[in-house]
Amino acid sequence: MTRFVAVLMSLVIAGNGAFADVPADPLKSPMWADMVKRLLGGGPVVLDGRVKVTVPSIVENQAQVAVTADARALDGVEELVLFADLNPLQHILTLRPRKAAAYVSVRIKVEQATPVRAAARGADGVWHVGSVYLDAAGGGCSAPAMARREEDWSDFVGHSQGRIWREADGFARARLRIRHPMDTGLAKDNTPAYFIEKLDVKSSAGDPLATLELFEPVSEDPTLTLLLRIPPADGAVDVEGRDNNGETYRSTIPTPWRQSAIGAVAPQC
Amino acid sequence: MLSRREVLFLSGAAAASGLAGRIVPGWAAPLRYDLKANKLTDGIWMVAGRQEAITRENGGAIANIAILDSEAGSIIIDTGPSRLFGEALARLAGELTGKPVARVYNTHFHPDHVFGNQAFQRDKIAAPKGVIDGLAANGSGFSDAMYFIAGDWMRGTDVITPGHVLEAQVEDFGDRRLRPLAMRGHTSSDLVLFDESSGFLFAGDLVFLDRAPTTPHADIERWRIALANLGGIPHRRLIPGHGPAEDNTRGLDQTRRWLETIPPLIRDAFEKGLDISEATALPLPEWTSSIALARYEFERTVNHLYPRLEAETWPRVDGVAQ
Repeated sequence: MTRFVAVLMSLVIAGNGAFADVPADPLKSPMWADMVKRLLGGGPVVLDGRVKVTVPSIVENQAQVAVTADARALDGVEELVLFADLNPLQHILTLRPRKAAAYVSVRIKVEQATPVRAAARGADGVWHVGSVYLDAAGGGCSAPAMARREEDWSDFVGHSQGRIWREADGFARARLRIRHPMDTGLAKDNTPAYFIEKLDVKSSAGDPLATLELFEPVSEDPTLTLLLRIPPADGAVDVEGRDNNGETYRSTIPTPWRQSAIGAVAPQC
Repeated sequence: MLSRREVLFLSGAAAASGLAGRIVPGWAAPLRYDLKANKLTDGIWMVAGRQEAITRENGGAIANIAILDSEAGSIIIDTGPSRLFGEALARLAGELTGKPVARVYNTHFHPDHVFGNQAFQRDKIAAPKGVIDGLAANGSGFSDAMYFIAGDWMRGTDVITPGHVLEAQVEDFGDRRLRPLAMRGHTSSDLVLFDESSGFLFAGDLVFLDRAPTTPHADIERWRIALANLGGIPHRRLIPGHGPAEDNTRGLDQTRRWLETIPPLIRDAFEKGLDISEATALPLPEWTSSIALARYEFERTVNHLYPRLEAETWPRVDGVAQ
């Protein structure tokens, strides 16, 4: 018993020592220090209200919870990590905006009420973390994908749909849906993990605009919103994806002509 | 005093939230539905639901329930959210009419209307086939959610599907004749009952009054057609699924106005490229400010409609013709 306590104490002390510079979590999550260590390389970390996370006030479907991470108020964001501490699988996605805003909307699975956080890293290596508490029932991660109820589900894997809107501020708003079961590997039916793990977004000339790493908590049929910087005359955006079975996916989303390029202000539609 | 968040963590987080899960002191208080029968006319009473979402405080007693007297016995329209509620309702009907139950109707398959079925003889419970199928398909999922949200109020509640498929044009109870009208729109099968003797129209959840309509299984276009059809039935008084029973067209008008205003607002946001998070933050029309749960149901409806719109309207972009 004494030995057990001693081991426990040393763990606690080591833990405190390693994360002395991690600010206290206002949401008091038991996973906070571990998240910083595992997903943010141990820091440095600052809490920053300019990094905004939006979650619904009501969660009716735990397998499809709309989340938006917005770090546009920060300059020079190189990496934006989205995670949910109390999910069995915490890491949701990492966005590396090249010619894109530090902004992403996505739908996620949640197993229970949890903090949802976005961490934005600039060139100085400091992680700016914004957090919000998502009040939800559970079961999103351990419920089988809806697609698994359909016998012909595999016929639709990789089917993609999307649209791009030109915004008045010069960004192109890209919305994309890719059919994929995004199996977590935790479902009661023992389906192994099967999910899209990478999306490369490029201009039609092949310029990288953004890359996304996706993980198991991203909902079935991933549906994303990104804000891209593309030349006014560019006619399309290419998206190349890959899942953890090595299957590749390719989409080309046509981009409307930007009216401001010919002297008019782009309408918001 | 623990904060709500601390309570959530202590209780294992999951056990204390839900659709509208709010934790209040006293949530372990003795559970008793205090059903009040409001007499609408001779032989017809309404047990009014609270104009709220299902919570641990109200035990899910949010839908209107009607009790009718007849020579053949008492008639009950919808059974409430739980076994406990159903049992209280059965006692109340016995006290009011002094007669055994002749017939129980389920207007549609949503849990706040039919989870009290257990308190009644199964072969007395009647509904159109669509309602029975809907409850069979969704009952278990509803049950999980109801236990989760309403907690102990649900104790001992099982999903009981109606034992009588309602096909008759008229249900004859001697001095009272009811006309069942099979409609759809709020769900895939909505039962409306017209009482010939009183001229009362029991509209179920096709009509909401002073409380925002719910849309998890709605077909908005069908619903609007159903409202037009309901408006064409001369009636003395309309009993909505939620909200006061009035002798005017307010319920029909308000439900129609919601369906004609809110889904197009969401569609417009969708067409502008807004994501769900952005659409749910949009301002609502001023007239909805007096409607209970307007913001709450708007947010739910955004979440119901968006995935359908994305799947049905966006063009294919993976190089394959649609």
